[in-house]
Amino acid sequence: MNLPKLHGVHVPHRKNTADMAPVRMPVPPSVTIPMNMHIGAPAECVVKVGDTVKVGQLIAKAGGFVSSPVYASVSGKVKKIDDMLMSSGRFMKAVTIESDGEQTPFEGIAPPAVTDFPSFINAVRDSGVVGLGGAGFPTAVKLGVKDLSQIQAVIINGAECEPYVTSDTRTMLDDAEWIGKGIALLQKYLLAKRVVIGIESNKPQCVKAMQALAGGMTGVEVMALPPLYPQGGEKVLIYNTTGRIVPEGKLPLDAGAVVINCTTLAAIAKYIETGMPLVEKVVTVDGSAVAEPKNVIAPIGASMQALFDFCGGFKSDPGKVLYGGPMMGIAVPNTDFPVMKNTNAILAMDEKDATLPEPTACIRCGSCVDACPLRLMPAAIEAAYNKRNVDKLRALHANLCMECGCCAFVCPAKRMLVQTNKLAKGLIAADNAAKKAEADRKAKEAAEKAEKEAAVK
Amino acid sequence: MKELLTSVSPHLRSGRTTQKIMGDVLIALCPALIASVVIFGPRTLLLTLVSAAACVACEYIWERLMKQPVTVTDLSAVVTGVLLAFNVPSTMPVWELIVGDVVAIICVKMLFGGIGCNFVNPALVGRVVMFFSFTADMTTFDAPAGTIDALTSATPLALIRDGAVGWSEFPQILLGVHGGVLGETCAVALILGGVYLCVRKVIKPIIPLAYVGSCMLFMWIFGSPQPVIAVFSGGLLLGAIFMATDYVTTPTTNTGKLIFGLGCGLLTALMRCYASSAGAVTFSILLMNLVVPYINDLTAPKPFGGVEAK
Repeated sequence: MNLPKLHGVHVPHRKNTADMAPVRMPVPPSVTIPMNMHIGAPAECVVKVGDTVKVGQLIAKAGGFVSSPVYASVSGKVKKIDDMLMSSGRFMKAVTIESDGEQTPFEGIAPPAVTDFPSFINAVRDSGVVGLGGAGFPTAVKLGVKDLSQIQAVIINGAECEPYVTSDTRTMLDDAEWIGKGIALLQKYLLAKRVVIGIESNKPQCVKAMQALAGGMTGVEVMALPPLYPQGGEKVLIYNTTGRIVPEGKLPLDAGAVVINCTTLAAIAKYIETGMPLVEKVVTVDGSAVAEPKNVIAPIGASMQALFDFCGGFKSDPGKVLYGGPMMGIAVPNTDFPVMKNTNAILAMDEKDATLPEPTACIRCGSCVDACPLRLMPAAIEAAYNKRNVDKLRALHANLCMECGCCAFVCPAKRMLVQTNKLAKGLIAADNAAKKAEADRKAKEAAEKAEKEAAVK
Repeated sequence: MKELLTSVSPHLRSGRTTQKIMGDVLIALCPALIASVVIFGPRTLLLTLVSAAACVACEYIWERLMKQPVTVTDLSAVVTGVLLAFNVPSTMPVWELIVGDVVAIICVKMLFGGIGCNFVNPALVGRVVMFFSFTADMTTFDAPAGTIDALTSATPLALIRDGAVGWSEFPQILLGVHGGVLGETCAVALILGGVYLCVRKVIKPIIPLAYVGSCMLFMWIFGSPQPVIAVFSGGLLLGAIFMATDYVTTPTTNTGKLIFGLGCGLLTALMRCYASSAGAVTFSILLMNLVVPYINDLTAPKPFGGVEAK
């Protein structure tokens, strides 16, 4: 393919745990499971305090079309249902289950009957699986394509471009069989003609494992992609594997592509074969403050602290703790936060790594422009935001930004370009809302005036 | 446990800092400085140190007086000071050089908001002010130590126009053993510095190559007797490698940089062939600095998948 290359940055890989097969942690005394571990409407709780639950039992049903059901990850008693602080800073209902340590599976666990496309999508919805790469978008909604002929290529995302994180690496190495079964399902029900597995070439063992898998299937190809962050970004991956461009404000399907993370796909295949919904996750526990970095199999809802304790605790005081990788991960104020469906890693950085560099004046070096995979001008967006110039922000396509962090990573002046771009998006949204309110008010006035005139006549 | 820091991603930054970039520029200037000390004697070192110290002092005093955070540790004032010293002859009185430093830092840099906010290159404006204020001192070139022939005391550019310089003098021009301002004469040292900057990815080679190449081409078109030798003499290399690549006052994109380099080359060739060769590089870069905002607007990258708002 002779297409212009997208920009990106060379981040340090730090895949310290790539060779460590996941280890199951002991059942924690209790788990706290929030109702919004996905994008969309929160799930609706169906248990009450005092109920006895078993592993894989439904505790909350999907709260709408774009939503996902939630299942108990431990067996035991529902101790508490109340609001908890989420990493977004908002409060959300969460179910706390006191574990009995038995991990008794729910009696109702049975493989779903999947015979056609609608029953496949229903099974995906019931599996509780959401985008496990980090985004948490309900997979049933993503796969629920109305017109299957639109799909030119299904892309399995095994890029895993974030530093430290190796949970997808482990899926490709340990669960290749499940990925294969998942691909077979996509070929059967989504009629996927071309399946591409995209992997950064810094994981040769994964490329090999997937090539072995693809060798035994038809219509499946493995692409080793350059390890240039953000290779795993949806738009970037689609472009680098198919050459297609997702237009601004449109979905991957508009470019003929469906992208699904490799761990997500394996989880769906597991549910359809065993009937056990998503109740546990492989989580990479790493970072400069962690004594013994590991890949941990953790029940959803286990506290970060329980995982860190399982990894030998901290070797130095943590200064910052993250959900996810260091490029796009979310910092949390304490280690009581739970493992969620879309948690692929938790990192604890020591004080030195956590110290924020002091921003200095922009020297207009253009590094951010050279780094941006979407060819935006981060420094210009920052300047426009500082002047609160909404029209200029629109002209600079600030809303296109995927917040991958390349610009802030390379900036020699250590400007907080991602933070500013987030604020810029907020400013555009507020302006859109204000304009809409104004238009609505005018329409209402006009309608009232017309009504009065009609009454006079 | 003590409270954890929460901040917006990314939580990982590259090791590049403004200070390291400016440090690299200073390292790249060292070969030219050493060459200059050899060619023009130890007074070169005195002028360079005084100029750098004066620029840093100006920035420091201004920021203290204005109660702004002091930013002299970013080394950008040192770079300005060294470049200014490189633009004066070795006989320049120290106080006149300091006037140039004050103009560069206070009038051009700090009054417009400090680093990153100046719209023209501070060192070049400082040079222009010195050029018009102390014309005689700025254009009297001492012969390099131990030489007496015609080429060494006059600048090669003047001689080229008279057709008095040929290929036999080329090695001497490359080594810089001839009249001129401190930093401009040794082409070899300047190119060495430029290569270092490119290797360290501080600058891209686009502007220097476009500038030098187009200047050579246009001088040939305009009928200069020695267009190739001409680009290796005068302030062209110093300007093309160290002045026309200043981030703040040059375009952001590669296309923009190309346009900028070509524009500088055309203007320099025009001035050298049809006007005074003195200051041709300085004025070319300054004029192109002024149109950078327009070049940036014209060459803005098209966002990936971007859809124009209706």
